[in-house]
Amino acid sequence: MGLSRLNGLSDDELVEELKEISRKCRVEIIKMVYRAQAGHPGGSLSEIDLLTALYAINMNVNPNDPKWDDRDRFVLSKGHASPGMYSILAEMGFITHEDLESYRVLGGVCQGHVDMKHTPGVDFSAGSLGMGLSFGLGCSFAAKFDGSPRNCYVMLGDGEIQEGAVWEAMMAARHHELGNLKVILDCNRIQNDDFVESQMRMFNIPEKWSSFGWNVKEIDGHDMHQIIEGMRWFDENNNLPSVLIANTVKGKGVSYMENNPKFHGAAPNEEQYSKALLELGEAI
Amino acid sequence: MSDSAASRDGYGHALISMSEDPKLVVLEADLGKSTKSCWFREKFPERTISCGIGEQNMMLVAAGLASSGYKPFASTFAIFTERAFEQVRNGIARPNLPVHICGSHGGTHTGTDGSSAQSIEDLAIYRALPNMTVMHPCDDYSTQQLTMKLLNHDSPSYTRTARNKTPRIYELNDSRLEIGKGVLLKPGSDVAIIACGVMVSKSIEAAEKLSEMGIDAAVVDMHTLKPLDESLVYELASKCKGIVTVEDHSVIGGLGGAVAEYLSESKPTILRRVGVRDRFGESGQAEEMLQLLNISTKDIIKSALDIVKME
Repeated sequence: MGLSRLNGLSDDELVEELKEISRKCRVEIIKMVYRAQAGHPGGSLSEIDLLTALYAINMNVNPNDPKWDDRDRFVLSKGHASPGMYSILAEMGFITHEDLESYRVLGGVCQGHVDMKHTPGVDFSAGSLGMGLSFGLGCSFAAKFDGSPRNCYVMLGDGEIQEGAVWEAMMAARHHELGNLKVILDCNRIQNDDFVESQMRMFNIPEKWSSFGWNVKEIDGHDMHQIIEGMRWFDENNNLPSVLIANTVKGKGVSYMENNPKFHGAAPNEEQYSKALLELGEAI
Repeated sequence: MSDSAASRDGYGHALISMSEDPKLVVLEADLGKSTKSCWFREKFPERTISCGIGEQNMMLVAAGLASSGYKPFASTFAIFTERAFEQVRNGIARPNLPVHICGSHGGTHTGTDGSSAQSIEDLAIYRALPNMTVMHPCDDYSTQQLTMKLLNHDSPSYTRTARNKTPRIYELNDSRLEIGKGVLLKPGSDVAIIACGVMVSKSIEAAEKLSEMGIDAAVVDMHTLKPLDESLVYELASKCKGIVTVEDHSVIGGLGGAVAEYLSESKPTILRRVGVRDRFGESGQAEEMLQLLNISTKDIIKSALDIVKME
């Protein structure tokens, strides 16, 4: 599963490899958003360490056969954070790095929000928040009916879970005991207008998921050792649906974007672009 | 037309008739006893998914199943499918996933539950979605047959059924029933009545009374609103002086809307739309509702006479 070239590495070596993949993905995220002069860098940068580890360690997929029936599914429910997903899909070989240049361009492979009709490797057309968990539930049911060991991974945002339908899905997943449903919650603490805390306080998120009967684990979503541990934890918990609650930093890796609500959905200007690439160790 | 039955029963029978397909999955949102998916649940509980009272979740669970090769049939009241409209729009219609939605208890004919349960706009809103097929059959047999044809329909659909019994129009397995093809139940050359759902039997009744007055009215069961059988509408418009559309639904965007849109662009024809005139219903018996909202047999006759008597 995952990236076979990483098999056999020690954990420390794996961490270094994953960090380098994430760094490259961050560079692509910045380039995509800068080129398009639109898009969502903040949530892409907060999720990318998690996506990197998920694809590199867990996801049983074949970029040469993206619709393979028994592949693991990944649902990016926070579909606006598409540059993050496109960057990892390019890294995995589902799409090319040239395809990334089509982000938000008419006829492009990379639509503004992830779209299963346009991009190989995308399993769900997102863009409207609060829908991915239910869709993932359907994928998990299908795997169960097929008697397949495949999993369905869903990534949600902490702003997104203000949508009530997410809680319908949480109830249903536990009721039907879908242990092949694995959620990563990207808690970057910022939503479109401002900090989550100012828009709708959620209080104790792990406790809420726990009270719905899910397996719950909380990690630092940028500590690669903890992320790897979290991904392995998914593999060890197949009895009930599981959620990995990852505390992240919106805009992580670009100083002026970090914890800055302005960069939820805004592109950097030329000066900011250069600064971002410099900070990410990329020569222009 | 001696027997009567509710079209929702046809949905329940269809699910059981399709059970040999191992990819069939049935989804419910606590109204299986009403939509009649409960009959499938009794026989095939392992392929029936309870979504509790959660329509938004149900629609997307169905979408996920469809994306994995399953054939999901999800039902609830017509009005409650609307609660999940955006899920249907963005999660089903947009990616063109073959999820088949059945909204039972459609229209004011639903009766005494009152206006909160009387969907008068469902056909209009689903018609507006790209990729959606929209149907409203008139009896249990045609509902059963048309629902069974959805099993191999590779795009999403919405089918409205009715709660209350109405006269049976078809025999079981009528060869005239095809998705997207209206059925000419009675030929006629003076005026054409195009109806759907519970209003089809009322339209036949109206045509019989018009016949006694010496007026030759055609009656069509337009069970599929989208895609509209345009060639049949064209043919009727060519032959008759005018057309009356009849539906237990708002005149905005439903059958009347669909026929008006087509005719005004392609064959301008005198048209009268019998339907709910931009208002909500209230509690009352089915027949009382049709009277209250001016969509009863006498209103169909009045509209037909208007056309025939025009200079």
